[in-house]
Amino acid sequence: MYLNQFLLLAAFLFCVGVYGVLARKNGVLVLMSVELILNAVNVNLVAFGAFHNTVVGQVFALFVIAIAAAEVGVGLAIVLLIYRNKQSIDLSEVDLMKG
Amino acid sequence: MLAQNVIFAAIALAMAAAALRVVTTKNIVHAALYLVVVLAGVAALYILLAAEFTAVVQVLVYIGAIVVLFLFGIMLTRAPIGVTSDLDNNQRGLAVVVSLFLFGVLGAVLNDAYGSTKLASDNVIQKSADVGNSIFQDYVIPFEIISILLLAALIGAVVIARRD
Repeated sequence: MYLNQFLLLAAFLFCVGVYGVLARKNGVLVLMSVELILNAVNVNLVAFGAFHNTVVGQVFALFVIAIAAAEVGVGLAIVLLIYRNKQSIDLSEVDLMKG
Repeated sequence: MLAQNVIFAAIALAMAAAALRVVTTKNIVHAALYLVVVLAGVAALYILLAAEFTAVVQVLVYIGAIVVLFLFGIMLTRAPIGVTSDLDNNQRGLAVVVSLFLFGVLGAVLNDAYGSTKLASDNVIQKSADVGNSIFQDYVIPFEIISILLLAALIGAVVIARRD
């Protein structure tokens, strides 16, 4: 197996996630796209860990997983708050700070 | 060696198709279910890379917890369960251009740097005990900081979502 096949797949996942963050306007779907991005990074970390034959890649991937869990928790709480205040989670309507 | 490559190709195709469906489907519940396919594919990649502990954690935390959290979020925001055309904003074309450009740049750089780098064929299984030793010896301070972060996120989520 080449190292590059994992890295290219992770790059593809990352770019799909970036597209999702840019093109979706539903708050929950944007959070899902962020999860795609974080998973792409994790694949990279574990692939490089296997390449260098060390567990450090896995340790960092575990830290990223923990942070992703915290991010989703807070993110969904924010989405729920937006829904409660606006009766919609359309992110293009959340423009209170627009100049 | 060949079997690994065949399995990788199958996993990669499934993941790529499911990831594209996550960002293009018109049904928000289907997006969450396609996300499960992507996350399971990532776990399978970890097993292919002989990182078994991370694969188990991926299944437990992502598929077990985060996807359920997403489904709760979908239900609590009373998202339309069926097909809806109102999930994308009006900058899709620009987003396609940006992500294709990003993929082109990343692919070119990766091909340049790791085009012919092979993983060791006798992939040593990285034991869970080694992962534990590494976390609790070399990375114990980041570990404690992560636990404080999780506590802060827990309290923050409760405070934000509380109804008063």
